[in-house]
Amino acid sequence: MLWQMLRFALGGLAANKVRSALTMLGVLIGVASVILLLAVGNGSSVAVKDSITALGTNSLTVSSTSARGAATAAKKLTVEDAKALATATDAPAIKSVAPVVTTTATALYGNISYQPGSVVGTYPAYFETANQKVARGDYFSNDDVLNSRKVAVLGSATAKQLFDTEDPVGKKIVLGSTPFTVVGVLQAKGSTGFNDPDDVVIAPLPTVQNAFTGFGSVNQILVQAGSAEQTTEAQNDVSRILLGTHAIADPAKADFRISSQSSLLTARESTTRTFTVLLGAVAAISLLVGGIGITNIMLVTVTERTKEIGIRKALGAPRAVVLGQFLMESTLLSVLGAGLGVLAGLIGSHFSIVGIKPVVIPESVLGAFGIAVAIGLFFGSYPANRAARLRPIDALRHE
Amino acid sequence: MTAQKPPAGARPPVIQIRQVIKSYGHGDAVVHALRGPSAPGGGEPLGVSLDIAEGDYVAVMGSSGSGKSTLMNILGCLDVPTSGRYLLDGIDVGHLDEGQLSLVRNRKIGFVFQSFNLVPRTTALAQVELPLAYAGVRAAERRRRALAALSLVGLAERAGHKPNQLSGGQQQRVAVARALVTAPAMLLADEPTGNLDSHSTEEVLSIIDGLNAAGRTVVLITHEDEVARHAKRVIRLMDGAIVSDVRQAEVDGPPPALGVEVGV
Repeated sequence: MLWQMLRFALGGLAANKVRSALTMLGVLIGVASVILLLAVGNGSSVAVKDSITALGTNSLTVSSTSARGAATAAKKLTVEDAKALATATDAPAIKSVAPVVTTTATALYGNISYQPGSVVGTYPAYFETANQKVARGDYFSNDDVLNSRKVAVLGSATAKQLFDTEDPVGKKIVLGSTPFTVVGVLQAKGSTGFNDPDDVVIAPLPTVQNAFTGFGSVNQILVQAGSAEQTTEAQNDVSRILLGTHAIADPAKADFRISSQSSLLTARESTTRTFTVLLGAVAAISLLVGGIGITNIMLVTVTERTKEIGIRKALGAPRAVVLGQFLMESTLLSVLGAGLGVLAGLIGSHFSIVGIKPVVIPESVLGAFGIAVAIGLFFGSYPANRAARLRPIDALRHE
Repeated sequence: MTAQKPPAGARPPVIQIRQVIKSYGHGDAVVHALRGPSAPGGGEPLGVSLDIAEGDYVAVMGSSGSGKSTLMNILGCLDVPTSGRYLLDGIDVGHLDEGQLSLVRNRKIGFVFQSFNLVPRTTALAQVELPLAYAGVRAAERRRRALAALSLVGLAERAGHKPNQLSGGQQQRVAVARALVTAPAMLLADEPTGNLDSHSTEEVLSIIDGLNAAGRTVVLITHEDEVARHAKRVIRLMDGAIVSDVRQAEVDGPPPALGVEVGV
């Protein structure tokens, strides 16, 4: 009997191919847009997450701010602050500390002159904290820092500018007026925004201070927490210790600011989640419109085929069979439409859309398909019921 | 006609209608489509009563508005009477629900309509298989019986044709095949020749004659005397009541027009 109903339903759909195809197109677009838009939302969230994790999720950046009260002069961050953080015994969440000075200088190699995005002076701990890995050569060591050796690690972009295809390791470059020996080249991280993290020269802190900035303050202190979960604890420790060294009683008047990558990550994630939900809502509406299209077409079909329904009833078609036939038709419309929509969505997700590589959420495929089929059943049940309820005598008289 | 058929009267009539009234509207606006004779004195309608024996060939005649279509709808279980009893093949149809009525229509009645009423876009074979499909007959069996019914009306070679590829006469013959494929207790034909030319009319009527000669009960609704000549019994309706009931041939005998070449 089910097979019979399926045959009748297919016959009914085939009777009006253009109409069936257009109705299916409505569902197709709905399902495909749900899958695709959610994939785009998800893709952008994944992209943001990746770029932020690349910076290191358990790192904290301490930078100085001008004090709120004009009465107290803003105390800059110093190497002593960093040492206080590093040597604090009551702050187990702090794993490593790297003071950072940043400056700019022109680099010379042979007759090639290039200005890297930034020249960074720091401790070796910086590399791990900032999630910088070497591709060739090695990092500079604590020994290099203690002896103020003139060694440097180049970012991949800087290395490319100065050396092109040549291996920079062991070569000498001139930064400002100071000769440096290149000991390593970093892995490329890819640009995440306005500043290119690959366009950098990293050298031991005292060397950079000696050559460029002088032995005063540092620009930032990079702190690495033991793990991503310990960042909040580490942040509290840093805040407490620095308030102590800066002799500030009121935390509201702190002359430094601590920002963490994870707080940035959370903020960005909630933004992209809103974005995804919005896209999903738009797509869901188009799916609903597709469902209403099914109802509309099925109502037309029932009206158009009232006489046929009458004939079938006169021949002894039970109500359930008539109901089943029309329900099957609407469900077939939605199943076929949804199937093609899934296909279209999956194919579409292979192309990057407005610069975002869509990442398909498997649940959205199942969900969109399931909802579309349910919509077919739900929106088809009203016209199907109307068909099944027709009295044969009225249906036969219908012209 | 089967050899061991019991004598007439031993078996109950296929159709027994007792005091059936069909009325529309309420109160003063009530209209009786079927009323039967009025009670003496009072004027209350008594309802139509009618027996049709197995193997009979009845023509119901009357002008439009006489109630013959209403009678046909009630006989065909497409409509229920306002009051009165209707026994079809011994079953009291009045007490059946929608589902049981569709079962009765499927098993006991074969319809032939004036406007053919074939299902569009469906081959002749599938048309004839349709009632069997609703009866739950298996596919192979369905096909065999449908082909047999089609060859009985002389359309075996047109099994694959759709309604729009058949002439009116052929369409009506497909409809006859569809009506008889379930071996129903009664063939109910509502003006089966109303839309046909005289040649097709003779074709269809001779098929129906043949079916009756083979023992099938036929009720035929018509307003043409030419058609009514084929029947063994002619009932005339007027204003919802039977006004004459004439027997033209014996129930057990062959239909009067069988094999007789009728002048066109």
